[in-house]
Amino acid sequence: MPIDFDLSEGSKVSQSHYHVVAQEQMRPHARKYDLQEHDLPTEWVDYWWNEGRRGPKDKSAHANDGFVTVCLQAEELCWGDAGLYLRMPTPALGGSAVSSAGTKEQQQRFMAPFRKEGGHPIWGAMAITEPQAGSDAAAIETTADFDPDTEEWILNGIKIFCTAGEGASTVDGGFVVVWATIDRDAGRGGIKSFVVPANTPGMELIGCEKKHGIRASDTATLRFENCRVAKENLLGSAEVKKKGPSKTGDKGFKGAMATFDASRPIVAAMATGIGRAALDFLKEELERQGVTIRYDVAPRELTAIERDVMEMEAELQAARLLTWRAAWMMNTGKRNNLEASMAKAKAGLAVTKITQKAVQILGPVGYSKKILVEKWMRDAKINDIYEGTQQINQLIVARRILDYPSAMLR
Amino acid sequence: MIDFEPSEEQALIIETVRQFAENEIRPVSREADEAAAPPATVLEAAHELGLVANGLPEAQGGGGDRSAMTGALIAEELGWGDLAIALSILSPGLVGFPVADFGSESQQNQILPGLVGDRFVPGSLAITEPRFDFDAFHPQTTAKRDGDEFILDGSKCQVPWIDGGEHVVVIATDDHGLAAFLIDRSADGLSAEPERKLGIEGLPTAELTLSGVRIDASARLDAGDTEIRRLIDRGRIALAAAAIGTARAAFELARDYAKERETFGQPIATRQAIAFKIADMAIEIDGARLLVWEAAVAIDKGRDATRLARLAYDQTTRISLVVGDGAVQVFGGHGYIRDYLPELHLRNLAGLASFETLALV
Repeated sequence: MPIDFDLSEGSKVSQSHYHVVAQEQMRPHARKYDLQEHDLPTEWVDYWWNEGRRGPKDKSAHANDGFVTVCLQAEELCWGDAGLYLRMPTPALGGSAVSSAGTKEQQQRFMAPFRKEGGHPIWGAMAITEPQAGSDAAAIETTADFDPDTEEWILNGIKIFCTAGEGASTVDGGFVVVWATIDRDAGRGGIKSFVVPANTPGMELIGCEKKHGIRASDTATLRFENCRVAKENLLGSAEVKKKGPSKTGDKGFKGAMATFDASRPIVAAMATGIGRAALDFLKEELERQGVTIRYDVAPRELTAIERDVMEMEAELQAARLLTWRAAWMMNTGKRNNLEASMAKAKAGLAVTKITQKAVQILGPVGYSKKILVEKWMRDAKINDIYEGTQQINQLIVARRILDYPSAMLR
Repeated sequence: MIDFEPSEEQALIIETVRQFAENEIRPVSREADEAAAPPATVLEAAHELGLVANGLPEAQGGGGDRSAMTGALIAEELGWGDLAIALSILSPGLVGFPVADFGSESQQNQILPGLVGDRFVPGSLAITEPRFDFDAFHPQTTAKRDGDEFILDGSKCQVPWIDGGEHVVVIATDDHGLAAFLIDRSADGLSAEPERKLGIEGLPTAELTLSGVRIDASARLDAGDTEIRRLIDRGRIALAAAAIGTARAAFELARDYAKERETFGQPIATRQAIAFKIADMAIEIDGARLLVWEAAVAIDKGRDATRLARLAYDQTTRISLVVGDGAVQVFGGHGYIRDYLPELHLRNLAGLASFETLALV
């Protein structure tokens, strides 16, 4: 197939569908839940559960672009509102873990409720980060000890920054996938994932954070105190991989990290949506004020604003195309570790700069809560941080292009 | 349908050009810069690959395979060899493509066979003018109609001017807007002064003075404002693609040097300041390349690519300077010495902010 940047019919259908969803179901509530950050955005959540999750009505067999089409969905919905997007009743990262590391039985057991028609909204979540361990995921201290009499794992520890953690821990039908170590001495080889169903005794929602942005998202602190889960809730094998050369086979830590190669392009796409929201609004506002961007005018003739906007457009498109490339590689099963990290690093940085610049250019109008631009600047920043900070992604890119193992470059 | 993979044919072309760049261009890169001229041997050897000829019309002996996307892939590999030599190698296209696109049948039959023949025939196109606020879409070189003739007046700079070239396409403003004229380099009233530049010295260029140059009206190519803007867009894609190749070369130099050079007992590549600088180079190069590709594909699909070409070119200009400067920096003191290539790449890439139509796809 020749190099091509045109979206397939299926992608366009999906893109327009989700754009309308963003416009009609998200934007009207964006400011409200930014201000009322601990309230459940019922309008959005109920819409998504009862209707939104079915996707476009046009289900005819249009060819689409695989994972690129998934990125388009994420971009459009985050163009709508990134906070509400993260509040969607969906398995989310918890579901990714179950899908990639779970047995067929586990997938059926945990994911089936999300496919059910009717009922009430439920959430999935993934809990990895702890107060002392974020980028260094191998340094987590939550423990899982096996009780051979009851054949249960007993979890103890604290998790912070768990997206959708309130919904996933308190609403029956949902679950939290918790990373815990079954052998501290084994380092990353001892880290496993456990599916903890909502309302399991011993898992306690301590509270949700007050954040700079994505305020509609429930970012939870969860405490685990002698929290018992059935052995059937362990994802993957209980075998501890001792420190030493890694072997293929066990999904373990490396397998978990590999799921990030799949989620990074999506997060990059989410960032792109926020950046585009700011840029779209900026250009519209400038047009209203009689300022157009003239692409055919010599550099010296351009106003400072035109130069800034053109740079913002180029940066956003570079981020978007790097994201599509990483996603496209997944369509054919190509390893995209390098490309996914490039996309995430670029997108996080680019939309941070774009949204900050949009606020600056718009002056007091950009600074006011009467419009959403200031909110988008706050929402964008997290993309430089979560799901692998910009610096961690730079580290991954650097190691790959230098062909250095982690011991060589810290 | 979204796709990022070159075709098999394109992959073969890339490999061929890359080998050529490695074996024939790179060894003479520094010497061409010092001598301010490319060795004739490398131009003749490149001519045999038929890189420009392949895109010229079959009727006059070309390959008939005109593609901005393929042209961009070729330009990148040539630029990866050396930017100045790349532009010298591609210079026949500066005459060939405008004549193929807008020339009369007589002009095509007169000019094109020579460009696809045995010898390398350098091409030339005069567009940039020696003013800081030069506007490619509104040149101040004028073409005044006088009966059966045009009279050209003005100044041009950064005009590729390799020995042995016969024609130059001059971009001027006539009564209707942008216009292009195919002129003999030896035309009366046209004088050429060799230029010395910060970079791309391996592409000999001249400052042209046109004083009442009289040419037959038939010398005017059948192209107006719209067509010449398209031509300029193609020029931006070609140049950006070549620059991406050069930026990639600079990045690779930095990467490899950083793994060898030790400070305080360890390769400097193990220091985050250096490793991250190199990682950022790779990310920015890949991002800019995709913008160039997107513009190239739009051109091949017959769409207006002015905005895409502009954004791709400007992004490439920005990141190339950062990459070029970064490579010198990674080399430390050695980066400052002309025995090493980073300073050459930096000087070459710094020109993007002023270059216009130094190559075409």
